[in-house]
Amino acid sequence: MKTHTVRASLGHAIILALLSGVSVLALQTPSAQAPAAAAAAGNSDNGKRIFVKYGCAECHGREGQGSPLAGPRIGPNPLALTAFVRYIRTPTGQMPPYTEKVVTDRELTDMRAFLQSRLRPPAAAQAVVSPD
Amino acid sequence: MYARARIWQLTEMIKSGHSMPQNKSIDRREFMKRAATAGAAAVTAPAAMAEAQAGAAQPVIPSPQTTAPATPVVEVLTEGPSGSDFMVDVIKSLGVPYVCANPGSSFRGLQESIINYSGNASPEFITCCHEESSVAMAHGYAKIEGKPLVVLAHGTVGLQHASMAIYNAYCDRVPVYIILGNTLDATMRYPGVEWVHSVQDAAAMVRDFSKWDDAPVSLQHFAESGVRAYAIAMTPPAGPVVLVADTELQERPLPEHVQLRVPKLTLAAPPQGDSGAVAEAARLLVAATNPVFVADRLARTPAGMAHLIELAELLQASVVSSQPNTAPPIVAGRMNFPSRHPLNQTLRSAGAIADADVVVGLEIANFFGAVHTFRDQVERSSRPLTQAATKLITITAGDLNVKANYQTFQRYSEVDLAISGDAEATMPSLIEAVKRLMTDDRRRVFQERGATLAALSAAGRDRARADATFAWDAVPISTGRLAAEVWAQIRLEDWSLVNGGLSGWPARLWNFDKHYQFIGTSGGSGIGYGAPSAVGAALANRKHGRLSVSLQNDGDLMYGPGVLWTAAHHHIPLLTIMNNNRAYHEEVMHLQRMANRRQRGIDRANIGTAIDDPGIDFAKLAEGLGVHAEGPISDPKNLAPAIKRAIAVVKGGEPALVDVVTQPR
Repeated sequence: MKTHTVRASLGHAIILALLSGVSVLALQTPSAQAPAAAAAAGNSDNGKRIFVKYGCAECHGREGQGSPLAGPRIGPNPLALTAFVRYIRTPTGQMPPYTEKVVTDRELTDMRAFLQSRLRPPAAAQAVVSPD
Repeated sequence: MYARARIWQLTEMIKSGHSMPQNKSIDRREFMKRAATAGAAAVTAPAAMAEAQAGAAQPVIPSPQTTAPATPVVEVLTEGPSGSDFMVDVIKSLGVPYVCANPGSSFRGLQESIINYSGNASPEFITCCHEESSVAMAHGYAKIEGKPLVVLAHGTVGLQHASMAIYNAYCDRVPVYIILGNTLDATMRYPGVEWVHSVQDAAAMVRDFSKWDDAPVSLQHFAESGVRAYAIAMTPPAGPVVLVADTELQERPLPEHVQLRVPKLTLAAPPQGDSGAVAEAARLLVAATNPVFVADRLARTPAGMAHLIELAELLQASVVSSQPNTAPPIVAGRMNFPSRHPLNQTLRSAGAIADADVVVGLEIANFFGAVHTFRDQVERSSRPLTQAATKLITITAGDLNVKANYQTFQRYSEVDLAISGDAEATMPSLIEAVKRLMTDDRRRVFQERGATLAALSAAGRDRARADATFAWDAVPISTGRLAAEVWAQIRLEDWSLVNGGLSGWPARLWNFDKHYQFIGTSGGSGIGYGAPSAVGAALANRKHGRLSVSLQNDGDLMYGPGVLWTAAHHHIPLLTIMNNNRAYHEEVMHLQRMANRRQRGIDRANIGTAIDDPGIDFAKLAEGLGVHAEGPISDPKNLAPAIKRAIAVVKGGEPALVDVVTQPR
C-alpha cells in the first residue's frame, strides 16, 4: 500500500525490499528439490543468451545464483512457468516489470529452461566457504 | 576581512609608535616592494599624484620615497627561519605524522619547511597524484587511527580537486585537516598563474560541507586557529576543517621581536546524552519484548564496539549493524558489532526491525530509512516497517552539526525519544541505567530471547554460506566465490578490510570481530574514494603490521589510479583484489529500470555504463605504477595461488594487486 512518495536511490530501494523479504524468494521454488517434471520445455541456450542480453544477470548473476545486494537466487529451481512469467510481468517487489514488448513469453520459457539447467554447487565448495 | 585586519594592524602599530617587526631589517619581499614602488614613483609626476590624491586622508604609512634608501642597497637574497617553519611547529604540536599533498606553489614555503626544517619526519610528506586522493587518503587513515592527517592544497585548483573527497569526509563524520595555500595580498602575486590561483575567501567553496575554517592574518593567529581547528575536527560529530596559510605568512622571515607560541591542545569531552532521557531509554529497553539496536557510525573507537556488545548482551537484544555492503539505510559506517555474534541480526534486519517494540538508532543518519520500506516503481512509495506501537529512540551527535544546503540530514523521522549526544560517549551511562533496572525475572526473559536470536543468526549465516557456493565454477568469477577465496587466504592473518564490500559476501562469510577490520564506506557515495582511502588506511595499518585488504571496484579505481603509485613510492603494504566487473553496474540497473518502465527495449543499457571494449588490464596498469600485479584472472581455480603470492609481497612491505574478472554483482 502506498502511503508516502519518496525519492530513494534504486540500489537502496532494491536492497530494502530484499531486506524486508518482499521478493527475495519470490522467483525461487520453496524446495531446492523441485521435480524436474515441473519444468516446461524451452531452449536453454537461447535462455542463457537473453539472460545476459536483457540484463537479468545484472542482479541475479550469470547463473541465476543471486546476490545479497541486488537480486535473489533464481536457479536451479525457478518458480513454475506460470508463476515465473506472472512475477516478471507484474513484480510486487523492487524488480522492474518486463512487459511482453521487451521480452516474449517464449523467451521467458527459454530463460526458465536455462535457469533450471544450472548446476548445483560442487561438494568441494563448502570446504572453502566454511573453513572455520 | 583580511585586508581590513591588515590595515588595522598597521594603523595600530603606527599609532603606538611601533614599526612592523619585519621592517626592522628589511626583508626580501619588502625590499622588492619598496624598490618597485620607488621606481613607479620616479616616473609619476608629483603634481599628478597630488591631484589624484587631493582630498584623500593623509597616508598613515610613510611614503616609500621617504623611507627607501637613498643609496643602492645590496639585495637581500636569503633569509633564515621563516613563517612556515613556525607553521610546521604548530602541525608537529598536533602529533600529525603525515602530510598528504600534490605539490603546489602556494604552499612551497610550507613544503620546504616540512622536508628541511622538520627533516621530513612527523610529519612526513606523502606524494599524491591528485588532491582528491590526498583527502581520501587522510579519510581512510583517520578511520583506522581515529586522528586526522594534514592535507595541503592550492586554495583554488587544489581545493576544487579535493572538494568531492571533503564532502565524503563531511558526510562520514571523519576529521581531515586541510591547509590551503593562497596569496591574498594582490601586490604580492606573481603576474599570471598566481592570480588565477588566488581567491578572496578560499574556504568558501567547501564551507557548506566542512566543519570550520579560518584564514589567519598573523602567525600567532595561525597557531591559535590551527590548534582550534584540530580540536573542532575531533569533537563529535567529527568533520573536515580548513585553514588558509597565506603565502606571505609562510614565506616571510620569522619576526625577530614577536614572541610566537603554540597554544596547548585540549580536546573537548564528547557530548553525552541528557541523563533523564538516558534513564527513560533504559526503562523502555528493559521493559521491551523485542528491543533492537540499529548502529551505523556508533563506534568511533574500539570502545564503542565494546559498549554495544556489553549493552546488547545485558539485554540479549538484537543488533543490526553496519557491515561491508550492508543494505542501506545503514550506510556501512563503522565496525560496531562482531559479524558472527549470536545477537547480530543484520542479515535479517528488516525482520528484526519489523518484530521490534523498541528500536534504538545509534548514530544513524537515515533513521527514517531504517524503519520504513521503499519501492522504486513509477510511483515511489514507502511504508512503515515497524508496528504502530513501536517506540523509536535515536541517540546521535548528528543533531549537533546540521547545515541547510546539502541534504545530508535525511528525511525527518518521527521518534518518541531523541537524544542529542555522541552515542559512544552516552553508552556507559545507558548501560549503567539498564543495570539499575534489571531484575531476575527480566534476566530470565532476556536469556530466552537471546537463545532465539542466536538460532536465527546461525541459520542466516548457514544460508549465506550455502548461497555463496552457487555458480562456484562460473566464468566470469562469482562475487561469492571471490569473497570465499580471499577469506580462505587471509583468515589466519591480522587482517583489515580497508575498502569494498563485494556485494555483501564478506559480511556473510568473513569473521569480523575487531574494530579495524571494517572501516565503512565513503559517506557521500562519491566514486573515487575507495582506492585512495584504502591506501590511507593501509598507511595507518602499516605500523601495526596488519594485512590491509582492498576489494577494489574497477570504476572507482579509474577515478584516480595514480594512488597506486603513491602506495608503491611510499612502500605502503596493501593487497588490492580487483572486482573487475567492467561496468558501472548500479547505473546499468538504473537504466534497465527506466527502459523497462518505458518499454523501449532493455538491451542497450550498456551504452554509457560499460567499461569494456577495450577491457582494462589492471595488472598492466598497476605494474606500470610500480605495483606487483597478476591477472586478469577469469578461471576461479587460479585465484588461490595468485592471492597467496600477492599476500607474500604485501607481507614484505609492498603493495600488490590481483586483477579478477568478476560477475556484475
